[in-house]
Amino acid sequence: MSRSSMWEAVREVVRRDVLLAMRRRSDAAMSVFFLVIVVSLFPLGVGPEPAVLKTIAPGVLWVAALLACLLSLSRVFTADYVDGALEQMVLAPQPLALLVAGKVFAHWLISGLPIVLLSPLLGLQFGLEGEALGALVLSLLLGTPTLSMIGAIGAALVLGVRGSGLLVALLVLPLYVPVLIFGAGAVTSSMAGIGAEANLSLLGACLVLSLFLAPWATAAALRIALE
Amino acid sequence: MLQAVALSCRRGERRLFADLNVRVERGTLLAVVGENGSGKTSLLRMFSSLLPPEQGAVLWEGQDIQQLKELYSAQLTYIGHLNGIKDDLTPVENVMSAMALAGEPCSRLAAQEALEAIGLKRLVHRLPSKVLSQGQKRRVTLARLWLSTRSLWLLDEPFTSLDTVATGVVTQRLHAHLQRGGQAVVVTHQEVALPAEIVQRLRLAG
Amino acid sequence: MSVNWSKYSAPQAFYPLAGRLIPWFAIVAVALMGVGLYMGFFVAPTDFQQGESYRIIFVHVPAAWMSMFLYVVMAVWAGIGMGLNARLSYMMAQAIAPTGAMFTFLALLTGAMWGKPTWGAWWVWDARLTSELLLLFQYAGIMLLRTSIDDTRRADRSSAVFALVGVVNVPIIYFSVQWWNTLHQGASVSMATGSKMASTMLLAMLIMTVAFWLYSIAVILARVRCIMAERESLSVWDEQTAVIQDAAEAR
Repeated sequence: MSRSSMWEAVREVVRRDVLLAMRRRSDAAMSVFFLVIVVSLFPLGVGPEPAVLKTIAPGVLWVAALLACLLSLSRVFTADYVDGALEQMVLAPQPLALLVAGKVFAHWLISGLPIVLLSPLLGLQFGLEGEALGALVLSLLLGTPTLSMIGAIGAALVLGVRGSGLLVALLVLPLYVPVLIFGAGAVTSSMAGIGAEANLSLLGACLVLSLFLAPWATAAALRIALE
Repeated sequence: MLQAVALSCRRGERRLFADLNVRVERGTLLAVVGENGSGKTSLLRMFSSLLPPEQGAVLWEGQDIQQLKELYSAQLTYIGHLNGIKDDLTPVENVMSAMALAGEPCSRLAAQEALEAIGLKRLVHRLPSKVLSQGQKRRVTLARLWLSTRSLWLLDEPFTSLDTVATGVVTQRLHAHLQRGGQAVVVTHQEVALPAEIVQRLRLAG
Repeated sequence: MSVNWSKYSAPQAFYPLAGRLIPWFAIVAVALMGVGLYMGFFVAPTDFQQGESYRIIFVHVPAAWMSMFLYVVMAVWAGIGMGLNARLSYMMAQAIAPTGAMFTFLALLTGAMWGKPTWGAWWVWDARLTSELLLLFQYAGIMLLRTSIDDTRRADRSSAVFALVGVVNVPIIYFSVQWWNTLHQGASVSMATGSKMASTMLLAMLIMTVAFWLYSIAVILARVRCIMAERESLSVWDEQTAVIQDAAEAR
């Protein structure tokens, strides 16, 4: 199989998923809407005290982003599994891990990137400013692709399994912990004036590691699911 | 040449078939028949490499397909009982997308011609696939056969929900494929109207 | 001495062998546990800082070790299963998970019991306790994934993939939680008792560890036997049952 048709196939995977999302915009808007609502609930529960809100802001924003990502995971493979497109992808003459990476990238474009773009607005609601706001955006930019990568493993494992929605949360959330810690840590430390660099580099390391390992695990899980 | 050697299949506790040996030579078609639940689809999925055999092996030109992996996929057009088409894409987009993913990208014009060959009029090409009937959706899927340059076709109940005209057209296409030296495995519960000397029948007892 | 080990990897040979070994492991495990607990609770000297309450570490530390060891062992079996497509390996992985989860829970429980007199709270977000909690979640995830999938073959292989993903993740979690802990300047009292541990203390802890190992082996072997019996309805190695089944199928 020639190199050019390999990239052609990956590009097609990304293009098709983005196109489908554009035709069904409400699906993609849902997770962003969810994020906004969850974040807005916290001041109502905790109280409007600005100092308190500022302290909890990194954690709240990151946990909400993580949950929004989790909610959108079922979209990565379920439709393809039901309508048979997944079979065709597994039987394509390209390395499956590469095509999986394409699917995950498309998923991030649809549900991760909007979160990143929206985050400064939500940060302002919690009184974050300047550097902390920048750290929030950067940490989400590095962290959300990792969440999509790890989440795809879980999504592939539970394909066609009963109670898959809840199960995927139970499988994936413990795996999300390092990203949550480094992500929220980046914002916290930039607020404390220590600088976010250390946490951001660790987030970058997580991203690289997941880029190398997650597509293989996901591909293996997909093959198992299709047997 | 596609070959099954001492193939066994078990689904859950039930053994569907055991020690199955069969060869599909170039230019011939293997028609797999049998009752529901006799393991026809499982056999086709083993031929496609989706389902690894419990025992035995599937060989392509003498080599185990589990080892050949993507090299084998590049010889193959597989059409399962699921259509694999997206409701929100038009028939043309669906065909082009499926071909690009299969590593055989085609032009819009070629996709339109393929759809016309299987009897879908131009008018339908620009509608989202969700408004099509079951038979029309099946035709969109089968249009790939007019674009495929692969030598092995694996088809699971291709004629389901097709009318007699479309069934005839697909059969003709199959015949042309075999005459060019291709080979095919077709799971079906109806007779395939092809010359008897190029059709081999395999009945799974269940 | 030449032993044909591969002979025992077949379920037919493994089943009776495991049955013969279980009592020995169990007896020695109980005996060592008795000795270890006696040494820990009565022989080892009282800690000058923490008083008597520290003695829970004779259970806590070996349990925490076991919880992590067993996870790695489970992942290794899962990996062997994936690599060689060996059913026995999958059964081993399946059998290890509940015992691993039990030790994780034990470590958390004893940690809480130690935390109350030492820190004044049942639960403190100490780095080690938190990683242990996350480890428990991973064990739970593996067991839940397995029970949710009806097809045994898929259940085996899916939980193997998840176990392998988890084994990469466990050290990352451990590191990140420590990082998080230092960032937040949380509990400054650590569970580590330092290098000035008396030799009787060390000995008691080692004896307890060996006892836990033997206990794990006994329980896991017993569980593997149950899994085998359940999966194969004994037909693979019990000739008579196989004949009866064949007759039933023929009808």
